[in-house]
Amino acid sequence: MKPLNRNQIAWRAAQDIPDGNVVNLGLGMPVLVSNYIPSDRDVFLQSENGILGVGPEANELNINPNLVDAGSRKVTLRGGASLFDSANSFAMIRGGHIDITILGAFEVSISGDLANWDSRIPDKGPLVGGAMDLAVGAKSTWTMMQHNTKDGSPRLLNYCNLPLTAPKCVNRIYTDIAVVDVTNQGFMAIELLESITVEELNARTEAEISLASDCKPLQAPADLI
Amino acid sequence: MAIDKRIETAKEVISKIFDGAVIMVSGFGGAGFPNFLLEILRDAEPKELTLVANSATHPYSLTHSLIEAKMVRKVIVTAARGRGKELSPFEEQWRDGSIELECVPQGNFSERIRAGGAGIPAFYSPTGYGTDLAKGKETREINGKNCVLEEAITGDFALIRGDRADRFGNINFNTTQMNFAPAMATACEVTIAEVREAIDEALPTTDVHLPSVYVNHVVATGKEI
Repeated sequence: MKPLNRNQIAWRAAQDIPDGNVVNLGLGMPVLVSNYIPSDRDVFLQSENGILGVGPEANELNINPNLVDAGSRKVTLRGGASLFDSANSFAMIRGGHIDITILGAFEVSISGDLANWDSRIPDKGPLVGGAMDLAVGAKSTWTMMQHNTKDGSPRLLNYCNLPLTAPKCVNRIYTDIAVVDVTNQGFMAIELLESITVEELNARTEAEISLASDCKPLQAPADLI
Repeated sequence: MAIDKRIETAKEVISKIFDGAVIMVSGFGGAGFPNFLLEILRDAEPKELTLVANSATHPYSLTHSLIEAKMVRKVIVTAARGRGKELSPFEEQWRDGSIELECVPQGNFSERIRAGGAGIPAFYSPTGYGTDLAKGKETREINGKNCVLEEAITGDFALIRGDRADRFGNINFNTTQMNFAPAMATACEVTIAEVREAIDEALPTTDVHLPSVYVNHVVATGKEI
């Protein structure tokens, strides 16, 4: 199996969402998770602009130009959905009523610090949005990311180099080569691509990373492109 | 005399927006931008405005046109990054030091505005603790949770977008048009609402999302968004 592509990482994360959970998906790769939630799970997607129960993307027949999600996509509502204002939405987020938030990440540290909002591009303005509130408020914070940067540098680090979104918030990391839990003993891979050895995994991870005793091969459907 | 907050044209009330005023502008992701009012405001050309809005650079919101017209001295926003690699007009003015930026996590942003309208001068929030956005702010540990003191935001004028209104100033929103509008309307001295239609009779009470007490002027645009 080759390293997972974006859709395969999204598929893999989606398999772990428990039935009945309320989930907020961040911009970029995490939004793709909504396409792969198993049909036997009744999940409510929260969008921080004021939706509990985001449905599929709108089409020509059911589009409402005023109904958008946090990524500005025109969406629909699922049965049982509700709408509210931004202050109420962030009360829901900060108040611990969201089970899981799945966020993109530039870097995650061994203690679960998250950096995902400011990549320090000179003169480009900041964009924090709801990331800090989600990372602090959700019961669980998962990240989805490439295991390494384009030039091969590690992104699972001892300490984050980029500005923090929140300290000690990440519980689980889905990458193109592994599923990694952030534990009190540090990073622990619970799934790893079969073609990658533990030595290779460690060479691509700055912080020490161990394998769970029941570590499984990381797999995803090959036809997701 | 019977209450009637409807106005034929918004020019006169917009002309009362003075140099140095703090204005709040609703809208998120393409929904709820009061672009009809913003066009009139741009032509009225008050200077040295402080702009409180989710984004300084959203392409669908005419807030960016106020920045391009050099009418804005400071922005309080959650997003200030232009799309693409080129610098946006906001980013150029920010780099040149002619515009001040206060970047706020979206949950703290909406709650600071809500607090401003609810008579709460400040509150402690866990969001942002340990990050660059909390630098210089008072912090405190409350029940084992590290928090940042966040001050309320109030304004002179709120410009918001709704779907329907009645002559009393009650506002109904179309789905996610709501976003920041209810909080902003409570936090400003004067709220001006543009809506698709403004009717003579009272809105059905259960359709009222924003009570009339928070709204000063209503103008109908006849347009869906």
